[in-house]
Amino acid sequence: MSAILRVENLQKTFGAVTAAKDINVDVDAGEIVGIIGANGAGKTTFVNMVTGYLKPSDGRIRFLGRDITGLAPRHVTRAGICRSFQVSQVFVTMSVFDNLLTALGIAESRGLGMLRPLRRAELLDRCEQILERYGIGEYRDQPASQLPQGVRKLLDIAMAVVARPRLLLLDEPTSGISVEEKFPLMDLVMEALKADDVTVLFIEHDMEIVERYVGRVLAFYQGEIICDAPPAEALVDPKVQEYVIGTEHHRETHAPVEGGHA
Amino acid sequence: MLLADRTVQGLTVALVVLIAAGFFIPEWMLNQLLFGFSRALAVLGLMVLWRTGLVSFGHALYFGLGAYSVALLQKNWGVTDFFLLLIAGVFVASLVGFLLGFIIRRYRDIFFAMLNLAFSMILYGILVKSEPLGSTDGFAVAQPTFLGVALEGTPGKLALFVALCIFGYFAAVAVQLYLGSTLGRLTTAIRDNDIRVEYLGYSVEQAIHVKYVMSTALTGAAGAFMAMALGQVDPDSMVNWTASGELVFVTILSGPGSVAAPFIGSVIFELLRTYAFELVPYAWQMIVGGTLLLIIFFLPGGVWSLLSRVRGARTES
Repeated sequence: MSAILRVENLQKTFGAVTAAKDINVDVDAGEIVGIIGANGAGKTTFVNMVTGYLKPSDGRIRFLGRDITGLAPRHVTRAGICRSFQVSQVFVTMSVFDNLLTALGIAESRGLGMLRPLRRAELLDRCEQILERYGIGEYRDQPASQLPQGVRKLLDIAMAVVARPRLLLLDEPTSGISVEEKFPLMDLVMEALKADDVTVLFIEHDMEIVERYVGRVLAFYQGEIICDAPPAEALVDPKVQEYVIGTEHHRETHAPVEGGHA
Repeated sequence: MLLADRTVQGLTVALVVLIAAGFFIPEWMLNQLLFGFSRALAVLGLMVLWRTGLVSFGHALYFGLGAYSVALLQKNWGVTDFFLLLIAGVFVASLVGFLLGFIIRRYRDIFFAMLNLAFSMILYGILVKSEPLGSTDGFAVAQPTFLGVALEGTPGKLALFVALCIFGYFAAVAVQLYLGSTLGRLTTAIRDNDIRVEYLGYSVEQAIHVKYVMSTALTGAAGAFMAMALGQVDPDSMVNWTASGELVFVTILSGPGSVAAPFIGSVIFELLRTYAFELVPYAWQMIVGGTLLLIIFFLPGGVWSLLSRVRGARTES
């Protein structure tokens, strides 16, 4: 398989602090990659650089052979990379349906096409399909501000997927989700993404989720990738055990609420 | 499809009724409607910005540019044709809006509001210090001609009223269509979450720029109509910060609920101001200010929300 995402010597510094150090990664089409690491390990910095939120201090990011280093988020999105957020980013005063419709309208419009009516048949039909696929049809007309956390996460992910990305980056899709909800939610998301043939990179603190859903693990520590291997190997790697899983265990036993910024 | 829109249907009926009524109503009422509907065009533009979460305290800049374009074209080049004067007012205001938009689109909240105010006060300063531009007194503006026909007095006002109603109708329908488009829908989206809009693939700054220029064009038209209706331009009533404040006041009074709201709110404002002035000539601002307080406390969605409530209550009963 060929790499759709190629990251070469990526660096990011904030003053004297190095948040990402010499990151080199190739991601093949169709892969599902889990990104793990303690808080401050550089996971979200990496995702933010790939999606254009942060400009790398050095290095190159190529997507489908095109150099996308330093492009603004909207250009990265148009190039085929979408993302969801650790804290769901939805339009809070709009209904679930209108959130999806707005996302779809932007994804399907270019230039003067943005002036076409938003409520047109083909978009309305696709929105209904997406609601069904992500199992959020019963919340169709509810304002996003009133949604349960799990539904908000699903909406956030569904909004990222409507643009039919080739690569999707999910930032802690199960953070803030109850233990009972996390597997059903991930099953639903992975099933929907498989149907869309999307390559997925997701940040996750929950090792059960990592073991169950990913084919490859990138473990971050102090801005570097310390392990790049299938989960069976990565999760027993001594460095991962010491710097990631140990920390995760520590974090989970000391913090009542799962999640947090990387 | 356009006529299937209930708002457009309502606007069409209102247009016909208003034009017909124009031939029968007394002149003082015609004047109130002329002033009210002129200002409503600016409020329509501010409503688009408000829906995006942006409030401008300086749109008198564009109101003044529209008005002064009319006055200066008449005074210096003898242009009296209504259409040319209106086009000039809209063009100058939207050109300045387009250029300043490159700076203003980068700011939000109080910075957006105050940056607009700063630009408007620059124009105010230039006008009051410049004799060729009329200084503090401004200029008189003659009634315009319509396709070469000069109409004096009431017939001239009536012609202007009909033109204003038609222009207002098309402006309101255009804004209604815009708000129903994908780009128009970004008003609420940007107010709610501009980061998400960027990550969906559209430039927030570009979307704001479009809305801003749209609002400046409408405010320029408002200024041009007001100059022709009032027969006078002057910096204090048209460009000073108090004029910007009035526009914001009427926007709050009207509410963001419908493109028809600015027209209703503006006429209410004209009547309120006129009667407040008659009642207490030296403290009429107190009545206007008190009304604003009442609106904020009891009708935060403006007078349009009152109409919606009445309609809702009727449906329930």
